[in-house]
Amino acid sequence: MPLLSVRNLKVAFGATEAVRELSFDVPTGGTLALVGESGSGKSATALSILRLIEREGGRIAGGTITLHEDLGPVDITALDEPSLRALRGNRISMIFQEPMTSLNPVLTVGNQVAEVFIRHRYMSNRQALAAARDALDSVRMPDPQRRLSQYPHELSGGLRQRVMIAMALACRPRLLIADEPTTALDVTTQAEILNLIRELQAEIGMAVLFITHDMGVVAEIADRIVVLRDGRKVEEGAVAEVFRAPRHAYSQQLMAATPKLGSGSPAAPAGAAKLLEVRDLTTRFTVRGGFLEERRSIDAVRGVSLSLGRAETLGLVGESGCGKSTLARSILRLVEPASGGILLDGQDVMRAGRVELRALRRHAQMVFQDPYASLNPRLPVHDLVTEPARIHGVVTARDQRDLAATLLKSVGLEEDVVDRYPHQFSGGQRQRLCIARALSVKPKLIVADEPVSALDVSIARQVTDLMLELQQREGISFLFISHDIAVIERVSHRIAVMYRGEIVETGPSQAVLRDPRHPYTRRLLASVPRTDPAGRRAFVQPLPAVSSPQPGARLREAAPGHFVRENAA
Amino acid sequence: MAEAVVGNTSARPALLAHAARIWGDANGVQRAAICVAVLLLIVAAFAPFIAPHEPTAQSLISRLRPPIGFERFKDGYLLGTDELGRDVLSRSLHGLQLTLILAALGATIGLLLGGTLGLVSGIAGGIVDDVVMGAVDAQIAIPFTLIALLTLAIFGSSIEVMVLVLGLYGWEQYARIVRGEVRRLMAMPFIEAARAAGASGGRIAFRHVLPNAVSPLVVQFTLSISNIVLLESTLSFLGMGVQPPTATLGSMVGIGRDYLPTAPWIVIVPAMMILLVTFAVQILGDWLRDRADVRLRDR
Repeated sequence: MPLLSVRNLKVAFGATEAVRELSFDVPTGGTLALVGESGSGKSATALSILRLIEREGGRIAGGTITLHEDLGPVDITALDEPSLRALRGNRISMIFQEPMTSLNPVLTVGNQVAEVFIRHRYMSNRQALAAARDALDSVRMPDPQRRLSQYPHELSGGLRQRVMIAMALACRPRLLIADEPTTALDVTTQAEILNLIRELQAEIGMAVLFITHDMGVVAEIADRIVVLRDGRKVEEGAVAEVFRAPRHAYSQQLMAATPKLGSGSPAAPAGAAKLLEVRDLTTRFTVRGGFLEERRSIDAVRGVSLSLGRAETLGLVGESGCGKSTLARSILRLVEPASGGILLDGQDVMRAGRVELRALRRHAQMVFQDPYASLNPRLPVHDLVTEPARIHGVVTARDQRDLAATLLKSVGLEEDVVDRYPHQFSGGQRQRLCIARALSVKPKLIVADEPVSALDVSIARQVTDLMLELQQREGISFLFISHDIAVIERVSHRIAVMYRGEIVETGPSQAVLRDPRHPYTRRLLASVPRTDPAGRRAFVQPLPAVSSPQPGARLREAAPGHFVRENAA
Repeated sequence: MAEAVVGNTSARPALLAHAARIWGDANGVQRAAICVAVLLLIVAAFAPFIAPHEPTAQSLISRLRPPIGFERFKDGYLLGTDELGRDVLSRSLHGLQLTLILAALGATIGLLLGGTLGLVSGIAGGIVDDVVMGAVDAQIAIPFTLIALLTLAIFGSSIEVMVLVLGLYGWEQYARIVRGEVRRLMAMPFIEAARAAGASGGRIAFRHVLPNAVSPLVVQFTLSISNIVLLESTLSFLGMGVQPPTATLGSMVGIGRDYLPTAPWIVIVPAMMILLVTFAVQILGDWLRDRADVRLRDR
């Protein structure tokens, strides 16, 4: 008998149906993955199981959710509020996507974990704190005693997600609902958390309902998979089967769009002339100290050198906080570098005065991560996409609309949207608008900072295809920044791996990926989820810690064009 | 010439159509507010022609007469007379005119002064920000009535000085609001996108930051209009406002307060007008804010 049976579930937000006639079972002790893109109703389903959907403004319009317990089945849709409170966090727990905001910032970690024990196990404060310590220990939290008195902001994203998991598992629930628990984490941290969930699942014997958009994660963790689209189930089956031969067209499309490591890179343009050269670039941030504290300075980017040819794409990959965005902004001098040299098309960017710099920006445009926030909400599309052209006097006010129409066509949007406003577009369309805006001045270089990270896989695929197409047509060079090494592989001729403010390895994409020399690159590659469930990694895979690069170390040529940081090899 | 005529005739129906569309979009309360506002504006503009009496003409034999429908009502004094036998209706109409002018000018000066300072402060940051925000803190620390009284005592209470004093009132609120909005907006990626596109500081300020900071400004503007009407009445009551016998709504309420138990109409009529003004301004302000926001327009 399954642990949880969902039958004909219907969830509605006002008049819109988020989930339509959805049925599935979560087997006892097993893992079911609910997979779908944004708007597919996967989170609405998860929230319905805990009956938290009412808080979000939705309601269960029909169907049953039955939890099969030792004492007999319980229909969650019919429970009253006190019974629900006894259920939540006790027999069914949930972990959320954002470890940054799911913890209360003004309570210590110890207090927050202990609360679960006080609430559900009726422990005294002292007992609960001891239990909290054990709970933190069981999620492999280093130094659990000290963590009890720390506040959430003192912990990294991965550690916070461990705290969330400790809280969720405190009462040894029968079912854990994990709503995109690793989406906000770095790939190496993600691998650790996925490992942890699998280990704890075996220890406690709980079932897991795993909600994700990432096919790689599904392949790593799930036994069965349910593919959702527009609130309907389009496919269900054992993971191995669905991955081997997806039956529904949408599942096939989803599989095809998921970037897979090892599927090759574009061929490098032959004998490309240099467009961008960066030498020994260092960018320093001053952190204002507190009362009686000295000001400290942090080198976000340290002695970075790189070069980029015409019509070439350099993929810059690294974890959050490694300085890749700062590097991108330093190259355009949106952030002022402390020292180093930048040559763009033979012009010295570092020495440019304010007016010269503005003129130089015509040749180097930028595309940002968040397509929702990087467009001025008050401007219509024809003003938005032509703004750089207007600034640089490329187009007159009269020809503005014509230019806008041409640009929209070149990024695959309809011409008649020129009078709309950004909020009337989807995420993928907005990112197309951002690209159109960058194209308006016919730049030689586009710096794209995580341009597809906020998009669904199929949309992301379309956007990267568009960028490749533009590169071939217009000969634009890209500096493509991403934390996702599979995306980087697909678009880049060459790759630079960044770690703690330095480039630790760089070279032709396939050379770096097939023959990684630096331990950090190896660790990064080992953490990427396999998109093939058959190749699932060993149960516990200890990841080697990588020491911080030593200052002053140089890059050594390991193979033609393939450089590795000296102290590593 | 022919072109101008064509332009004129085609512009008129367009304008009418626009007005009709605005009217069609508005809900019941908003329509009521539009009617009240238009009525008040017309009445205020034509006060000298509508008013049956001179606002300062005294008639001591017909003092403290009640409005129509009450005992001792005197013909020709529709809303009664005050303690000097002046027509309350005529004084209210003239008062409305003056009050609206003072409030509109005052709120606009405050908006421009505070808004500019806030914008500069938020964009420039550093020492400029410190100085402006220091001035704001100082302004908040000193009761404004004191400053107003002092200024009026030194420069005399002419209409011009009065407008300036009322304009100074509330500048610090605008400055704080605009600065906060500016600082929030300056951290938004679309500002960085504009910088990356090569936009100059002025372009960023006026094209990207300011239009996005308008909503709270409109709300503050409407709030400050009502506050200014009240401030003006306070100053009049203290004898430092617009000097008698010139009528403003505030001064009528202030002076009429003494006769509240025996002749409440002296206060009630101008008070009702103040109420209508604030009602119309607040509703229209909210409505304007929503219309100015493209994201809310097609809901």
